[in-house]
Parts: sequence; C-alpha cells; structure tokens
Amino acid sequence: MSPWLEAVVRAVAVLAAFLSLPLLVGQTEHKVMAHMQGRLGPMYAGGFHGWAQLVADGVKFVQKEDVVPARADRGVFRLAPAVALIPYLVALSVIPLSPTVVGATLDASVVLVLAVIGVGIIGTLMAGWASANKYSLLGGMRAAAQLVSYELPMVLAVASVALAAGTLSIVGIAEAWSPWWLLWQAPGAFVFLVAALAELQRPPFDMPVADSEIVFGPYTEYSGLRFAFFLLAEYAGIVVMSLLFAVLFLGGWAGPFESWLGWLWTLLKGFAVAVVMIWMRVSWPRMREDQLQRLAWVWLVPIALLQLALTAVGVVMTS
Amino acid sequence: MADGILPGLVKGMATTARSLTRRAHTAEYPDVSPALPSRSRGVIALTEENCTSCMLCARECPDWCIYIDSHKEEVPPTTPGGRARQRNVLDRFAIDFSLCMYCGICIEVCPFDALHWSPEFEYAELDIRDLLHEKDRLGAWMATVPPPVALDPGSAEPAEVAAAAKPARAAGAAAGAGAAAARPARVRPARAGTPAPATAPEVSTGTPEPPTETLAAPPVAETKRLPVVREPSEQTSEQTSEQTQVLPTTDPREPE
Repeated sequence: MSPWLEAVVRAVAVLAAFLSLPLLVGQTEHKVMAHMQGRLGPMYAGGFHGWAQLVADGVKFVQKEDVVPARADRGVFRLAPAVALIPYLVALSVIPLSPTVVGATLDASVVLVLAVIGVGIIGTLMAGWASANKYSLLGGMRAAAQLVSYELPMVLAVASVALAAGTLSIVGIAEAWSPWWLLWQAPGAFVFLVAALAELQRPPFDMPVADSEIVFGPYTEYSGLRFAFFLLAEYAGIVVMSLLFAVLFLGGWAGPFESWLGWLWTLLKGFAVAVVMIWMRVSWPRMREDQLQRLAWVWLVPIALLQLALTAVGVVMTS
Repeated sequence: MADGILPGLVKGMATTARSLTRRAHTAEYPDVSPALPSRSRGVIALTEENCTSCMLCARECPDWCIYIDSHKEEVPPTTPGGRARQRNVLDRFAIDFSLCMYCGICIEVCPFDALHWSPEFEYAELDIRDLLHEKDRLGAWMATVPPPVALDPGSAEPAEVAAAAKPARAAGAAAGAGAAAARPARVRPARAGTPAPATAPEVSTGTPEPPTETLAAPPVAETKRLPVVREPSEQTSEQTSEQTQVLPTTDPREPE
C-alpha cells in the first residue's frame, strides 16, 4: 500500500470515529441521564428507543438559520466552532485503540494530545469574545480561568504516568502499564478525571456555560450548524478524554485476548469512563466559580505534585 | 473539602444509580392511553331528546359557556275538542369548551338527565373557535359515556334508595301522631325570676326566699330544668335525683 493511500485510509477512519463515537456517547447520555432521573428519554426517532435522536438533531441544526449578531466580530465568530472542534480531531488521531489500531504514531504523542486539547478552549474564548454579548463574554472569561486552573493538574497527572513508563509515547505508556498502577497512580487518575471534566466544562464544572445564569455563556449567540459544532466538540472531548484516561490509567488494550481484541478493550474502558462522566453530571450540582478555582489550586495541584513525587520514588526504587 | 462533602457526593451518585435500576415513571401517553379514574371529567355529552330547553344549565353555568336557542311549537290536540298544547323545541345547544372550567354544575342541575360526563379528553383544536361544540357534536359524545360506576365502599346510600327504603306515608303519619303524643303538651317559657327552692315543698309554699334558693340550687340543675317542663308522670323514670327534687316543687307552685 502506498503511503499516500494509507494516510487517506487512516484519516478517513479517524474521521469516521470522530463523527460516530461522540454520537454514541451523546445517545448514551440521553438514555442514561433519563433513566437516572426516572424518565425514558428519546423514544421515537429511528423507531427503536429513539436511537436516531442525535441524527434527527443534526438534521434539525442543519436546517436552522445561521445567525451572526450585527455587532459581532464576524470572522472570529465564524471561526470559533472550528477552533473548538478541530483540536479534538487531531487528538483522536494519535490516541491508540491498540498498538496497531491508531491514526498516527509519533514519539511524543502525549505532549501533542495535551497541547491540542489546550487549544480547544481557545475556541470557547473566541466565541465568548466575538459574540458581542455580556453573557458570552462572562462565559468566555470563566472558561479561560478554568482552562488555566485545570490544565496544570492535568499535565502533572499525565507527567506522572509518563515518568512511570519512561516514555512520552501513549502506546509506550499503555504497554508499560501493569495492574498495580491502579493503586500506584490512583491519585493521579483522580486528578486527571476531575481536571478532564473541568476542561470539558461538563457538570459539575459547567460554570462557563451555566445555562441558568449566563444562558449557555459563549454559545448564547450561536445557532444552527455552528452551535451543533460546539456540541459535537463537547462530546468529542468526552470521547478523547475517556479514551485517554483508559489508555493512560486503565491499561488500554490490556485484557484477555489482547492480541486481537485489544481495540475492543480500549473502547469498552473508555466507554465506561464516559458513563462515569455522565453519571457525575446527573448526580452533582454545579460548582460556584470560587469553589471551582479553590478545588483546582488547593486540592488538585498539591495532589498531582504528591503523585509526581510518589511516582519518582517508585521509579527510583524499582530501577 | 469540608467534612460532609464527600458523603454527599457518594450519596448523590448512589441515588441516581438506584433510580437507574428502577422502572421509569414516564407515561407513554399517545402510545399507551392513560388509565383514567372512574367519573373522569373529560367532556360533556348531551342527550338531546331529554332536553326541555329549561335553561337551568345555562343559567347555573359560572362562566356562561352554554348557549341554548329554542322556540315554542303548538302541538295539536290529541283528542277531538281538546286543547292545543305548546312545547319547547331545541334549536341550538352549544358548549364552548374554551370557556368551560369543567365544574359539572350543568350536569348536576339538569333535572332531566340530558347532560353527562364522558371521560374522553382528546378534542384539542388548532383554532380556539372549534372548541365550541354544537349539539350534534355534544350528542356524539354520548356513545362514550360509561355506565354509572358502583358507589365507593362506605359511602352514603343514594338518595333514590334512601327514599325507597323509607316507610310509606300513612305509617309515617301514624308515627308522627305518636311522636306528637310523646311531646310535652304545653311548653312554657321559663321566667328568669321564677323562684324554685330546693328545700322542702312545705317551706316553699309559705314565703319563697330567692337568696336561699339561688344558693341552694346548683347551676347545672338550673339549666337543665329550664327547658324541660314535662308532665310529672313521665319524668320520674329518667330524670336525675336533683331534678326529681326540683321539679315537683314547680307544680305545687302553679296554682299561685
């Protein structure tokens, strides 16, 4: 196979995963959240238990008018959804489902993933600024503050597993993983999960989009397909973060028959993490802005630093 | 984190997980029709033949949403030489369900059972003016009126049954006569200043002394005595000792 053809096939495969997995997570959220609240959720679209609800939503979004506010910064306003969405596509392309099922292999893939995920929130900030709306601006500022606060503990938590594995390659980290990491890296895993939730602006960290006080924050002025892109970015973010958590902290493809079922194990673990994220959204109330900052700086950063020290001690002792 | 936050978080997740395992409460309404309780107030049905255009329902309706038009028609005499009669003919009977508040007063007041509750409730319209049901539409609802349900256990018996169970009028009159005989023959208004000494009758017949009487007679005996003025023959069996002591004193005083 020529390298060009292979690149195209891999890109198409990543794009297909990028467009289908978020819908799967979204549908799971619809149904799990509904049943956790004693409801049924979507029941009509597609016939069987509303399986096509998100497809129908997509069709609806396409039909809607694409409104740009008169005072908005048009260029930035129209670019923002792409800036929010594309980084997760890039991140997904380097996250492996198994050593062979991966969009692109590179040595410092974990650095790339963390870097592009940080870019994603720029899209939210651009949307907040360009909308010429006070709610949007407030939401954008909150999103920026949240990014600054939670990026640090997240990077520290990832640094811990990278240190333990002795490599910056995600495939390398997952292959170096062994079950006792579940205990050894537990504080780091906790910090990563909480920070991932905060980066995704998911409840209970959805202060930037708090719909009951700043009417969806940066997305207030968006409609139609651009709004759908922001929603897709959120669910693609859940997919990326869940798979990343599964690969870094849960061993990815480690499991029975891992030589030929490895990709399935990674997907299942990632799906379980996504369900936990949905579960937390349903169970917990929104944190206030000051509580949110306090959690990051007073708890997560020290825990992540302690984890880093613990990992360093472990690495030195075992080597 | 302050103490109490972690248990609270765990409790929240436990609660949502528990309701995840239970059945949803959702009523899948358009697919599954709801189980309505008996006597549900859905829509009002009209039996046109029973209506006499008496207008009671229209007048009692709190928001005046019943419209009735009628005219009088002359009915020729049925026998030769008889008198021609008039009767009401119903031209229009309409209920505006955009105004109706489903109080059911019209159904209650109808003396001829022309109006009935039907449990049907799916008659929403896109135009509010279509909620004005004319008599043909009101009549069509009659097919959906269920037979009356049995009364709830422990409820009072229906008025018709109670009336049928009552004894016939003649027997009632006889009982009334007996009751009249049992009633006191003479009701005398009690005078406030009437002295009723509790002491021996021979003393009271001489010179009644109000101060001693008020002191001697307890207030309970006083209040009981005031309305109960009966023949001496029947009071002896049931009255208390105090009253038997007091009441005979009044009768000897009567000739005074």
